[in-house]
Amino acid sequence: MKPLSILCLAWLLLTAGCSRHSTGATAPVPEAKGTQIVEVSGGKQITSTGSFLPQPVVVQVNGADGNRVAKALVTFRGAGAQFTPQQALTDSSGQVTVNVQLGAEPRGYQILADTLKPDGGTATLALRAVALGYQQRLGREVNDQYCIRCHDPESTPERASNFDNLSPAPHAFTDGSFLNNFSDASLLTITTRGGVAQAKSPAMPPFGGTLTEKQVKAVVAYIRAVADPPYQSPGVKYGE
Amino acid sequence: MADTGMNTDTQNGNPGALRSRPLARELAVFGGVSVLLLVSLAIAPAKDYFSQWRHHQKAYLKLASGRQSGPLVRNFHSGIRQIWVEKLGVVDRCETCHLNMNGALVDATAQPSRRHPVMPHPLDQFGCVMCHRGQGVATTAEEAHSATAAWEQPLLPARYSDAGCGQCHLGPLPGAPKVNDGRRLLSSQGCTHCHLVRQPDGTVVKPDDNPPPLTHIAEKTSRDWIFAWIKNPQAYAASATMPNFQFNDQDAADIATFLISQSTPSTKRQEILHTPPATVPSAATDSASLYGSLFCSSCHAAQNAAGNLVGGNFGPELTRIGNKVTPQWLGRWLRNPHDYEPSTRMPHYRLDDKQVALLSSYLLGKTDSDFAVTLHAPPGEKDSVTHGRKLVLEYGCAACHQINGVNPPQNFGPDLSLAGNKPLSQVVFAPGVAENLPAYISAKVHDPRSFGTGLKMPKFSLTDTQIESLTTALLAQTDRADHLPGDLLIPAPRPTNYQPGGEAGRLMEDLHCLSCHTIHGHGGDMAPDLSFEGSAVQRAWLEDFMKNPNTLRPALIRRMPKFNLSSAEIKTLSDYLLSAYQAPGFDAQALDTRALNTEAAARGRQLFYSKYNCQSCHIVDYKTDKGYVGPALAGAGLRLTPVWTYKWLKDPNSLRPGTVMPNQNLRDDEARDLTAFLMTLKARTTGGGK
Repeated sequence: MKPLSILCLAWLLLTAGCSRHSTGATAPVPEAKGTQIVEVSGGKQITSTGSFLPQPVVVQVNGADGNRVAKALVTFRGAGAQFTPQQALTDSSGQVTVNVQLGAEPRGYQILADTLKPDGGTATLALRAVALGYQQRLGREVNDQYCIRCHDPESTPERASNFDNLSPAPHAFTDGSFLNNFSDASLLTITTRGGVAQAKSPAMPPFGGTLTEKQVKAVVAYIRAVADPPYQSPGVKYGE
Repeated sequence: MADTGMNTDTQNGNPGALRSRPLARELAVFGGVSVLLLVSLAIAPAKDYFSQWRHHQKAYLKLASGRQSGPLVRNFHSGIRQIWVEKLGVVDRCETCHLNMNGALVDATAQPSRRHPVMPHPLDQFGCVMCHRGQGVATTAEEAHSATAAWEQPLLPARYSDAGCGQCHLGPLPGAPKVNDGRRLLSSQGCTHCHLVRQPDGTVVKPDDNPPPLTHIAEKTSRDWIFAWIKNPQAYAASATMPNFQFNDQDAADIATFLISQSTPSTKRQEILHTPPATVPSAATDSASLYGSLFCSSCHAAQNAAGNLVGGNFGPELTRIGNKVTPQWLGRWLRNPHDYEPSTRMPHYRLDDKQVALLSSYLLGKTDSDFAVTLHAPPGEKDSVTHGRKLVLEYGCAACHQINGVNPPQNFGPDLSLAGNKPLSQVVFAPGVAENLPAYISAKVHDPRSFGTGLKMPKFSLTDTQIESLTTALLAQTDRADHLPGDLLIPAPRPTNYQPGGEAGRLMEDLHCLSCHTIHGHGGDMAPDLSFEGSAVQRAWLEDFMKNPNTLRPALIRRMPKFNLSSAEIKTLSDYLLSAYQAPGFDAQALDTRALNTEAAARGRQLFYSKYNCQSCHIVDYKTDKGYVGPALAGAGLRLTPVWTYKWLKDPNSLRPGTVMPNQNLRDDEARDLTAFLMTLKARTTGGGK
């Protein structure tokens, strides 16, 4: 009798020590599954290295019938990014909200959201966010003061966009499918010596007399960082 | 051990007794000691051989040889690497593990071999810990990156890395938005009313949130409103800066009672008592359009029907102003705000009686029935005034607001000048807060009362981004710059205390021109710098503009309001602007105006439209041109002086630093021809608003 009670006590003590950790690490148990996961908001955001995205990312799980699915498990992953929470069940409107903190390296980060499908497969949604380093932040500031007036189609109360007034229309800096075709050198030339220097529109004025070389390089770095689809710099690439 | 044969024989002094062969036991002991000695001698080299940094160096070499980076492998010398900058006291061994800082090994993406992104300072002149903090001389990651018993300053997390810059760069710094924003917030959220934040160059960060004086508060609003406001300022105005002190109903009511009791009559109180309340029947549309045409929303925000806040944040939000102010006070305020509050930033608009009546009926209609329900303070008690006064003293209300009979407390909150250096041993962490300085500061800014119920610091309504910026700015408050050569400290540009003089100066003070315009380094950034306005514009245009400021930039929402200035006032202002605000070097010799002839103008037109595409940004002909970036030039020949136009075209940045207008490197003759063309543009009409 006595050894048994000691054993019981020991077992109790042991499990009491473990239990808190084990429940904390357990994934929430899904009560439903969906076939599709879609973005509600928060994709394509830009922030500083190491920082949270300005807005949380919201995703939604839908069923085969296209209706939203509540209490489905969504797991987030992405190299270098951190998610709070890492996984969660969808709420009554089929959505999960996650805060995303990007890594310290200035680059694009993939945000992947997985949910299990009823057939055992996984539905995945891939979003992208960009972390700007020092040089790209410098470029963004130059952009916000000068370039944005024509190159951003959106107007704000403080600034009316000139985008629609120009023909040929300027290219938004996110327009990777167009701007990725230019080398760094041609972008530097166009910014410094104007559109005419590369047989482009004369409506693009030369900024070489206004911006320093450091600023122009920073703008090019910013254009590269926000390009969508992402810019791949030419040169040797080693698979990791 | 003590009775070995050798010892015994030696003591006997008989060398003949020495044996040629030691005993097996002696051999074993000797061997054991030798091995122990060898092992102990080997510990140091082994530790070195199996050290973390050597492991990283081997991994780097392996990666490099895998990628056929022959020269990198051949030139590699294993060992501790360090950057030593004697004059800065820098000894950084980070490169011992972070071997690929310059990116010579392409595409190595995992730490510690990742290349360093473009950096503002050369590595060999500044080292690493100047910006990143951490322990530079350490050779293990743990010691270099973390706080240890002997090292208080761990590596700055990447999200706060701007704090590294802010230790020496005391002013706005391009590329470091968080420390810039954080410092602005220290001023605009009023943190520095209570906390001293002294920068390493001795300047003290000053608040610029302008909390209103409460000395005549009873004329402006009711005890009920003050009660509701103190209970929850953000319920009245979502954008309010005033923090929530989390008072209970009775405390809030007692403070309201005390504030009403200390209120004294303002200078022209009799006048308002005799002013009939403004009532204008069926003028809702007129009054709304008056609010629009006076450009009130340049400074004041109000929620629109969709619940979005529309307007500037220079003055207080007006969404529920009808719940707050008395009609008498409002009428008098609109007539001349300086009568009530001489230090206000609101201009004296010179509105006539009809305009005042229209505008006050519009503003008084801005009420919210949900908010009105909260306007019921519990009844006062016998000792309400005493208790209210006690709370006002205890919570430092007078640090921000002027209150009769209460002296502003000195250094009410803790000194934050060295917040970024605060030793962790002096920090009391709240439960759930990670034990490091950034997490502590961030939690403290987010919810001060979570550190204890008796604390006085109120809860500010800040977004996560704002908290991150404030934390960055506070982490930048260190004494590092004290240990560096003085020339590395980059002080903020100091605003001048320029004030225009004489009669015009008094007028400009009354109109608060410097709330929006900057002149000689003093003033706001809402409107163009007027330092050289006298050289730029013609008198007739200037007088016309002040009479009726039709905007030059039709697409802008924020515009110059119309002050009902008298002709005499306009003449005084014009005389002063044209004579006092002259740019240097603007004499008649700068441009030969005889060359501005018709042929030149024709050439200039060609340059304007074809070569330089100026119509991309400027409107000359409202029918065909659509440029929204620069001011409309349809009336440039009436507005600008030829010399200014010429000099501006040659180098705009020298006349107005930071202007968007690019320097096109025009030749002298091109600038002259363009000037000739612009001087022919004399359209008086403008294109209307957008």
